[in-house]
Amino acid sequence: MYVAVKGGERAIDNAHAWLAEERRGDTTVSELSVAQIREQLALAVNRVMAEGSLYDPDLAALAIKQARGDLIEAIFLIRAYRTTLPRLGASLPVKTEEMAVIRRVSATFKDLPGGQILGPTFDYTHRLLDFKLAAEGEVPAAPTAPASTAPVPHVTEFLNREGMIETEPTGDAQPADLTREPMELPANRALRLQAITRGDEGFILSMAYSTQRGYGRTHAFVGELRIGTVAVEMDIPELGFAVEIGEIELTECETVNQFKGSKTVAPQFTRGYGLVFGQTERKAIAMSLVDRSLRWAELGEDYTGAPAQDEEFVLMHADNVQATGFLEHIKLPHYVDFQSELELVRRLRAEVFATQEAAE
Amino acid sequence: MTDQAYNFAYLDEQTKRMIRRAILKGIAVPGYQVPFASREMPMPYGWGTGGVQVTAACLTPEDTLKVIDQGADDTTNAVSIRKFFQRTAGVAVTEATAEASIIQTRHRIPEATLTEGQILVYQVPIPEPLRFLEPRETETRKMHELEEYGLMHVKLYEDIARHGTIATAYAYPVKVEGRYVMDPSPIPKFDNPKLSNSAAIQLFGAGREQRIYALPPYTHVVSLDFDDHPFVPSKAPHDCDLCAASDSYLDEVITDDQGGRMFVCSDTDFCRTRREAGHLGPLGVPMQETV
Repeated sequence: MYVAVKGGERAIDNAHAWLAEERRGDTTVSELSVAQIREQLALAVNRVMAEGSLYDPDLAALAIKQARGDLIEAIFLIRAYRTTLPRLGASLPVKTEEMAVIRRVSATFKDLPGGQILGPTFDYTHRLLDFKLAAEGEVPAAPTAPASTAPVPHVTEFLNREGMIETEPTGDAQPADLTREPMELPANRALRLQAITRGDEGFILSMAYSTQRGYGRTHAFVGELRIGTVAVEMDIPELGFAVEIGEIELTECETVNQFKGSKTVAPQFTRGYGLVFGQTERKAIAMSLVDRSLRWAELGEDYTGAPAQDEEFVLMHADNVQATGFLEHIKLPHYVDFQSELELVRRLRAEVFATQEAAE
Repeated sequence: MTDQAYNFAYLDEQTKRMIRRAILKGIAVPGYQVPFASREMPMPYGWGTGGVQVTAACLTPEDTLKVIDQGADDTTNAVSIRKFFQRTAGVAVTEATAEASIIQTRHRIPEATLTEGQILVYQVPIPEPLRFLEPRETETRKMHELEEYGLMHVKLYEDIARHGTIATAYAYPVKVEGRYVMDPSPIPKFDNPKLSNSAAIQLFGAGREQRIYALPPYTHVVSLDFDDHPFVPSKAPHDCDLCAASDSYLDEVITDDQGGRMFVCSDTDFCRTRREAGHLGPLGVPMQETV
């Protein structure tokens, strides 16, 4: 006697209850607040905002808490919330040349107008575990200096004055919004950048790394990397002028790439561009390399079959919410398909054995 | 319990309008994959987000919804999607195929014949039937435009050359009204004949791949084959051990570690209805005892 398996509903409810308990962990340890995550796990918050495509540190921190620190899960929570929000309009392009920088470095010039500002970076720390952090220790205040109000122009502008680097075309065309329209291939650069900035950090990093190791070599210099806050302005039709609606923190990376020229273009440096929410410099640098690599056709370079040159490959596989969902769906039941495969393989095997017997 | 923080059936009305337009276009051009701006849904891609968006765009408060996965109403993902719509739309739900106005399905077509007015919504993982022959979307769209399906026939032919038979058991490609080659989603090929000439509207949603396609009622759908190797729908050569049905698609259930197994209907509603009507297989028990 057999009674078919039942109870999916109760199993789900109980699993969720267990999950909630595990999320809280040992109740004798005090609970994390959203504010603590926002302030003390800020780089995780930044990644969730960048790949979730939603600038809201509090919601990102909440998502990280709810996801037990699984950042892809947190990104997914933010995306699923973001998608329900109405799109009221578009801001004006942010003016990154007017950024209030906390960090600004150039690898191509030793000194430059606006100066090199290291800012809060891990770069020259020794990666030694700091056991003082295991005990709760107050941090001594960092030395301060008055903020400079001098302009911090883009490094690539200096090169541009000599005609040494390609000029970016300007235009008022509204870029497509890949969260509102299906992605069409081939994509233009604006759409590619949009997909890459919300793409998985690990994937974009590896794609960029592969170009450094020779798969679609672009040889990039970090012309400039800057992190800081910029004003977001929006045209209000009723007012007839733009008003500032808030500030966001951004990381911008512009790479300068060797370019020997091609049949169509004279030798000149070319650009790769990265712009990401929050302090996310690994992602911004990687983005600028991948951007440059994907521009091979427009610059008349050879296609060498490298993955990072392949727009469709990069864009269709960069989104970790899509990737993780599809990957993990294979743990859903597939009895029906597997059953049909079972029947097929049994039949094919039977035919093979029958032929063998007949031959004997 | 409707969650007031969200619109009816979760999606905002503008999004539903966009999806409905894609559905209408799909119905107007049967078998053609219509790109649509798929939204992130609160369940993962690959878990039915395309189907869920199509269902959300079709649902009205008067609808009765049935959700199945592998033919069964009580598989975890079917339960989860059904609960989602109960929570966000507050619609009536049912397990009875005949009572449902919208049926969302993964991997099966119900055994009971669908009727006019019903909508069957399929969850689709890879909408492109040519994808595993040509990975590039830019190429496959061109192939559909030019009706260039030779590659698919070569693949089927190679199957025959190698195995003596077409070695595709599910997601078996079909041709719609003599024009578009279409992926019927990973239903077993046993279900393919039910695609054709159905009284119901059949809608296919692929969320991650951002495609919707459709079969309007009474559309002619043919499974690809050759004159000398005609299409054969297949199933396990058994009767259901619970309800004795000989014409339904069966799941194989391992009953012990000695090679013991039994076969049961994959369509749980079909099986229950038959047992309620008194049909009993060798391992079945009358319905009242199992409740």
